[in-house]
Amino acid sequence: MSALRTSKELLKLSRRAAKSHPQAPLPRAARRYIAAYTPPHQAKAISVLPTVVDPSSEEFKENARQMGEVMARLEELTKKIHEGGPPKAREKHIARKKMLPRDRITALIDPGTTFLELSALAGHELYPEAEVPAGGIITGVGVIEGVTCMIVANDSTVKGGTYYPITVKKHLRAQAIAQENNLPCVYLVDSGGANLPHQADVFPDREHFGRIFFNQARMSSMGIPQIAVVMGPCTAGGAYVPAMSDESIIVDGQGHIFLAGPPLVKAATGEVVSAEDLGGGKMHSSVSGVTDYLAVNDAHAIVLARRSISNLNWPKKEFPPRTTYEEPLHDPEELIGIASTNLRKPLPIHEIIARIVDGSVFSEFKRDYGSTLVTGFAHIYGHKVGIIANNGILFSTSSLKGAHFIELCCQRKIPLIFLQNISGFMVGTDAEREGIAKNGAKLVTAVACANVPKFTVVVGASNGAGNYGMCGRAYSPRFLWMWPNAKIGVMGSEQLTAVMETVGKAVDPELKARIEREIEAVFSSARLWDDGVIPPSHTRRVLGLGLMAALGGKNEPSDTKFGVFRM
Amino acid sequence: MYTLNRSRPFRRALSTAHRRHISSIPIKPITSVLIANRGEIALRVGRTASDLGATCTTIYTDPDAHSQHALSSPFAVNLGAANAYLDGERIISIAKSRGIVALHPGYGFLSENSEFAKRCVEEGLVFIGPPWKAIEAMGNKSKSKDIMTQAGVPCIPGYHGTNQDPLYLLEEAKKIGFPVMVKAVKGGGGKGMRIALHEQEFLDKLESAKSEGRNSFGDDVMLVEKYIATPRHIEVQIFADKHGNAVALGERDCSLQRRHQKILEEAPAPNLAEDIRQDLWQMARAAALAVGYEGAGTVEFIFDNDTNEFFFMEMNTRLQVEHPVTEEITGEDLVSWQFKVAAGEPLPLDQDAIARRIAERGWAIEARIYAENPNQNFVPDSGKLIHLRTPKLSDSVRIDAGFIEGDTVSSAYDGMIAKLIVSGPTREVTIRKLHAALQDYEVVGLSTNIEFLKKICGSSAFIRGEVETGYIQKHSDELFAPEAFEPECFAQAALGLLSNELISHASKIDHGPHAETVGFGRSSSRQYTFLSDGASGPITVDLEQSSSNLFQVAVKGSGIDQLFPDVVCEPRSPTISTFFPQTRIESTLIINGDKLALFQRGRQFNLTLALPNWFEKALGLKDVTNSVLAPMPCKVLRNEVAEGDEVKKDQPLVVIESMKMETVIRSPQNGIVAKLVHKAGDICKAGTVLVLFEEDGK
Repeated sequence: MSALRTSKELLKLSRRAAKSHPQAPLPRAARRYIAAYTPPHQAKAISVLPTVVDPSSEEFKENARQMGEVMARLEELTKKIHEGGPPKAREKHIARKKMLPRDRITALIDPGTTFLELSALAGHELYPEAEVPAGGIITGVGVIEGVTCMIVANDSTVKGGTYYPITVKKHLRAQAIAQENNLPCVYLVDSGGANLPHQADVFPDREHFGRIFFNQARMSSMGIPQIAVVMGPCTAGGAYVPAMSDESIIVDGQGHIFLAGPPLVKAATGEVVSAEDLGGGKMHSSVSGVTDYLAVNDAHAIVLARRSISNLNWPKKEFPPRTTYEEPLHDPEELIGIASTNLRKPLPIHEIIARIVDGSVFSEFKRDYGSTLVTGFAHIYGHKVGIIANNGILFSTSSLKGAHFIELCCQRKIPLIFLQNISGFMVGTDAEREGIAKNGAKLVTAVACANVPKFTVVVGASNGAGNYGMCGRAYSPRFLWMWPNAKIGVMGSEQLTAVMETVGKAVDPELKARIEREIEAVFSSARLWDDGVIPPSHTRRVLGLGLMAALGGKNEPSDTKFGVFRM
Repeated sequence: MYTLNRSRPFRRALSTAHRRHISSIPIKPITSVLIANRGEIALRVGRTASDLGATCTTIYTDPDAHSQHALSSPFAVNLGAANAYLDGERIISIAKSRGIVALHPGYGFLSENSEFAKRCVEEGLVFIGPPWKAIEAMGNKSKSKDIMTQAGVPCIPGYHGTNQDPLYLLEEAKKIGFPVMVKAVKGGGGKGMRIALHEQEFLDKLESAKSEGRNSFGDDVMLVEKYIATPRHIEVQIFADKHGNAVALGERDCSLQRRHQKILEEAPAPNLAEDIRQDLWQMARAAALAVGYEGAGTVEFIFDNDTNEFFFMEMNTRLQVEHPVTEEITGEDLVSWQFKVAAGEPLPLDQDAIARRIAERGWAIEARIYAENPNQNFVPDSGKLIHLRTPKLSDSVRIDAGFIEGDTVSSAYDGMIAKLIVSGPTREVTIRKLHAALQDYEVVGLSTNIEFLKKICGSSAFIRGEVETGYIQKHSDELFAPEAFEPECFAQAALGLLSNELISHASKIDHGPHAETVGFGRSSSRQYTFLSDGASGPITVDLEQSSSNLFQVAVKGSGIDQLFPDVVCEPRSPTISTFFPQTRIESTLIINGDKLALFQRGRQFNLTLALPNWFEKALGLKDVTNSVLAPMPCKVLRNEVAEGDEVKKDQPLVVIESMKMETVIRSPQNGIVAKLVHKAGDICKAGTVLVLFEEDGK
């Protein structure tokens, strides 16, 4: 801003100078042309996003109050979820001298690094018969010995760490992220296996329990290391987690691996054997060779796991150092007064971008064409990114502009960030005659085929085909986060009611209330339609961590081949 | 300062009586010198020698090959074994073969060896020190006392004769004057020693001393000496030249001692009447002239605080460790005086000029920084100086040291690391300046007495000048009181450890948003566990990091339960500056494995990082409760028990020798000795098993 102001003042000064010293025109032959010098800060000034947000305004305060309420609820809920299972289960766990899973993760990652937890709300109010905090499994991206890894930790204080359907889904999602981003996997195993009452939704299908081991095998074949630390039971199918890993560590007297436990063995063959003799750490480390390292306790096992990671010989990418970029010019904390829980109010998307990108510097592309979609280049923690953000309904022009911009980013191998607040593509005669269907399809094709890392943040509404064009879950963004005010659904509950009434169906208030509930961010996150609900002011941070996961280690930029764009 | 009216005529009388003589002795300049010593004194002598344009040759032994004195000169000769500094003939032959003019013996080693001094002269070398005859005369206790008595210097009265008749001894005691001390001639360590305060109790005390002597070492021959209840050690620095001049360069009070070795020396002596001071100076000069002295010497007196009497103890015929305090109060370089005297020049100043200098220049105190552990009866320590930070030098702050950071203080030699000499206009100011300088003195890698010296500087009786040789014992409650640790110490230790890790792994972590809180809910914290002498149990520190420099710190354990919210600390190493809610604290944390040294607000705190609970099992470390380990590198002198013996707790097991001192290793428990691992004469490293006990139930 100061740069802007200064250049304006300079401009005035130079005009004044020109007036006070009128110069006689030079003779024609002597006139020379020369390139004017532009200092870098003046050049940069054209990209700095200004702000008109007034934190003392009524609108800001009202937004902040409403957002604050939602945020406080989420804060409380998350804290509760972070505690894990019921107090009794936790006390029992600690009495056995086991570390709680979140403490295991903290010990596993490097000091001074942040664990990017995924979908902490998974399983929230999902099963009527049971509370399953965090889906009974903690997943996330953490840095171990300088290597960015995917960490998957069972929480045995939650129903003995058994796999509910949501547990399986969360485990598989973590593996998918690991595979897409080339992240070595560390499994902190402490689970009783499949949750038997739910076996039908856990065991048989393609995206069920068996897929975990399929993924392990495939990732290992792709050179993505798989490390297992057995800190509790690994029965039946679970036995394959350490067995399918590249390296496994087991905690003496605590970890057990067997295809069938002592009771089943007795039932099957009549053999009476202790769990320790059947599949204890000493046996597996010295006799069967199922595990490679024997640990004294959890803390020791974690030290061994860190050592294993340090020996991966994982390549290191140099990222821009802290000195090379600036924090946003405008305070990200102001986002809670900019975002609104009332999604019918327009969201000033430039104000949001200005609170996410380095120095609030945004090189906007095609600013004055198709202006309901904002596109442009910026940096996040020094990483160059392309940003595509909604600023209204998608028209043909905005769709074409979006497709064009995606082509630019794919050619230049620049990661894409989608800031979603979309109620859909424009409808009506004019729109259809302009070919909104094929123009929208161009945007969807571009999004679907883009091979650069894609990240999606839903900052408001996510409705209809707009969800597709703005890289919704089905379009495989590397990560997808929601703001607490975000809503995802075919359409808003009011529109839905209106549509249903139009087609002659009565809408009872119960249905309306249900729809209202089902489009909430918490409902979405509980079902893993996203990778987590984040405080708006942390958007820059999660994107930064996501970029580091997607660009570091063995990740190399890949080429994009687009499908047929209907012209 | 001391120009009291009554002392003036006295001093004038002295100076006229000893008007400077200049005879026609040829001056033989000293153009090259071999410094037959090590450590700080070798460097000290070398410094002046270079100033005077003399070429220096240094000598060193194998353990000293990389020491500073060996490196200080391009001419350095290896003598080999650790004890070779005592190999006089070898040293003389080196000096001769290299055509060196003079030899400076420093202090200790060969400095007071009259035979060596004589051999130097015989071989045509200039021995920078007194004539060998003077060394010999003063080296013999009874001979020196005879000479002193003849010269009119008071000696401590006593009877050392063979007549052991109790009544005869009583008569002798009466002659000496009560209180007296009866002491077994063969006694030691207080055994066979009694103090009789008055005539009536003399015979009882004598008999009890005799019987203790008979029982302890089978001998009851007693000597009787005057007993001084509150003695002070006051010594006078004298200098004499070849022209018959002798001057006193003031006195030094060296009463602050531990294990009969000085740790704090000051000049002038505090609380000393001017007439007594002048008397001391005159007696010291008389003593020097009585033995035909040349060069630097120190006449040591024992001063009775109760009666203001003083008695000659001995004369040290060398430059002493504490000579810098005299240099500070006189403004003279005593080593250069030594060179000048040895060359045949007259003394640079006369007594009047010296007295004027002393009156102008104020006070000086020297603190000896030793590698030792004051809390374990000052047992010597050795090791590598992994961190060494010294106070800023100035005209009034001087350090004479033989070590720099990275050097090793060897157990083969004296454990003095450095001498810190501070001067000021008055004694009070000088003590405060010394205290401040000690607060800036940081040594890590071995135990030092720095914290103890700081406590003396803060001890009120010392500040009042109420010094005596029993000072440390008398004020032990005050000086050895354990100091409480503030909770901030532990917080700083944890932050320092984290900072150190972040700095050293900076290249491994790509920063970006790392360390920032992300998402809802609290971020988890890491726990650090410390052990310290100042706390009864382990202390835990929970660090929760919410951005690159913002922490929530909870300190718990041993009666501490404190939460510091929003602590701001930029990761740096080794010095961190932390903003607590109420204050800013700057700390330097030196990490030496599990041992942590934290310097904060002028104090050193020693902490130990607790071992993780899996450590011993994972590393297969042997359970060591059934064994006794050598506490330091040592030589086993003898085993006091035999294998199979049943021993009680605190019973002596093994006697070891380290740094020339005997230490008794006592049993930590009741038990049966299963094995004596080492025999007499074995050399052991620190941590070596000396005694194994039988395990329970065997």
